[in-house]
Amino acid sequence: MKGGWLRVYAIVYLVFLYLPVLLLPMFAFNQGTVIAFPLKGFTTEWFVQLAGIQALHGALLNSVFVAFVTASLSVIFGICAARASTRFRFPYKGTIMGVIMVPLVLPEIIVAVSLLVVMVQVLDLPLSAWTVIAGHTLICTPFAIAILTSSFQGLDQSLEEAAVDLGETRWGAFKNIILPLVSPGIVASFLICFTISLDEFIIAFFLTGAEPTLPVYIWSQLRFPTKIPAVMALGTLMLVASLIILSVAEFYRRRGVARVGGKDSGGFL
Amino acid sequence: MSIISLRGIEKYYGDYHALKGIECEIAEGEFFSLLGPSGCGKTTLLRVIAGFEDVSGGTVVIGGQDMAGVPANKRPTNMVFQSYAIFPHLSVAENVGYGLRRARLSAADMSAKVDDALKMVGLEGFGARASHALSGGQRQRVALARALILEPKVLLLDEPLSALDKKMREQMQSELRRLQRQVGITFILVTHDQEEALIMSDRIAVMFEGEIAQLASPQELYRRPATRRVGEFIGVMNFLDARQIDIGSDEVRFAVEGLGDINIRVKNLPKGARSFAPVVGLRPEALSINYEANAKSAVPGKIVDLSYYGDMTYYEVLLDGTSQPVTISMKNLTSRPILERGSETRVTWDEGSLVVFAN
Repeated sequence: MKGGWLRVYAIVYLVFLYLPVLLLPMFAFNQGTVIAFPLKGFTTEWFVQLAGIQALHGALLNSVFVAFVTASLSVIFGICAARASTRFRFPYKGTIMGVIMVPLVLPEIIVAVSLLVVMVQVLDLPLSAWTVIAGHTLICTPFAIAILTSSFQGLDQSLEEAAVDLGETRWGAFKNIILPLVSPGIVASFLICFTISLDEFIIAFFLTGAEPTLPVYIWSQLRFPTKIPAVMALGTLMLVASLIILSVAEFYRRRGVARVGGKDSGGFL
Repeated sequence: MSIISLRGIEKYYGDYHALKGIECEIAEGEFFSLLGPSGCGKTTLLRVIAGFEDVSGGTVVIGGQDMAGVPANKRPTNMVFQSYAIFPHLSVAENVGYGLRRARLSAADMSAKVDDALKMVGLEGFGARASHALSGGQRQRVALARALILEPKVLLLDEPLSALDKKMREQMQSELRRLQRQVGITFILVTHDQEEALIMSDRIAVMFEGEIAQLASPQELYRRPATRRVGEFIGVMNFLDARQIDIGSDEVRFAVEGLGDINIRVKNLPKGARSFAPVVGLRPEALSINYEANAKSAVPGKIVDLSYYGDMTYYEVLLDGTSQPVTISMKNLTSRPILERGSETRVTWDEGSLVVFAN
């Protein structure tokens, strides 16, 4: 069979990648309290238990708040940077854009530790949801820029001038022509930043104060064996939520490409 | 009366001198073209008129009003962009009516105006279509309707036909011309296609390196190019070395390589010129292959190449005593045999069509 080994490799790769993730929902519905085979029968008890944990609800609210503010800030910064880089020429543009994009590849632990030092030692700020937001915005903005740059790049430069020529002010042209055309990119980048912030652990772990985010809360629960099945249930819910949000984001990104009649050159999904 | 006066327009991009003191008057209702190779400043000049570029010096006057400090959205000009810049998220009708949104018309007035504009460009009934599904020619028409609906004093067209295929382009050329006569608005067309400029324009400004080399009607531009470079840029022109040997009261005598001594009447010389360039120009149709064996003024030459176009044949003929062949165009009549490559022939010329350049 032609390409037989490649096919085997691809299957092994996919199994390695997704099997651990699939174990999560499996044990979330397992009756036993110990994470081990054989499975002991189907239950939704752990999900019911989740509903009763007050600390969990607090952590969830914290996470949603942090993710929402982070995504909003990242998208605003992303719009400014993407427009500047696609529309204008200025000295050291390549360097500036490169520096902005670097957090994409910086080890998160380094970012987290250095931010902790800056916040606590230099600025003497109390750790709170806002310090987590600052850290998350730093790592989410490059993603927003990457998505928005491709949205802005697909636009014909003349569109804005045409609107001005037809009587619009520069701001009016941006608001009525450019923003609607990049809006799918804005929605997509917002949702992706939201998801990244929601799932992010290391930075949140270092910078969070008395109000942990959901991943930090989950980590703290792992020390108690009896709580593990509930954590599995929670992880399952987060997995589903992430998949839904990312699918919606991809849907908007593709619609944006189709809207300006462009060719899809691949996105994050 | 001129609708646009350009007075000493200067434009610098850093050190680059893009426009060098452009002086130009454009008349009301005129079809005016800015013609030149890429990088000559023609598009920059158009954008200066539209208000998209600030001038480094000089004055733009439109309709008697100085445009200094008047932004693009307040100028009585509208533009058809090279890419057409159709708003992809709006329908055809929304695109065409875009400029009227500020006019606060009733819905009925608005749609009547949009329908009129669409009818004018031959897109009746296209209003509800999505604009990204249009063909190139249709996009062009939408862009025209969108600009003309505002009844500007001047319509600016930035290479509007360059994206169309040859057939479509020829069709749009005559349609643009018809449209301009119909609405009576001044059109300013930027193009690098000399044929397009000749076909469509009342007057043409030929630009090289930020300067207007010649501003004239198409006929004058073709028949009497002011410089060798203009002659080369517009159509095909043969150049022969020439030396001025005598000046009479109504004639100047030149010795032209390959053709011999020729007297040229003063009325065919550039006005006011005192000395002349050491070269003369001849269009391919000003030269002809002589089919009669004993013509008086014919000079000998050899056919080195030929191209057969059906209606015409273009011969490359090396005249005796010259090093570069000249191009000669001949209409193909049944009484004229197509000559063969390598054959000896005799060439005559039309003295009145010989172009002398001022030095």
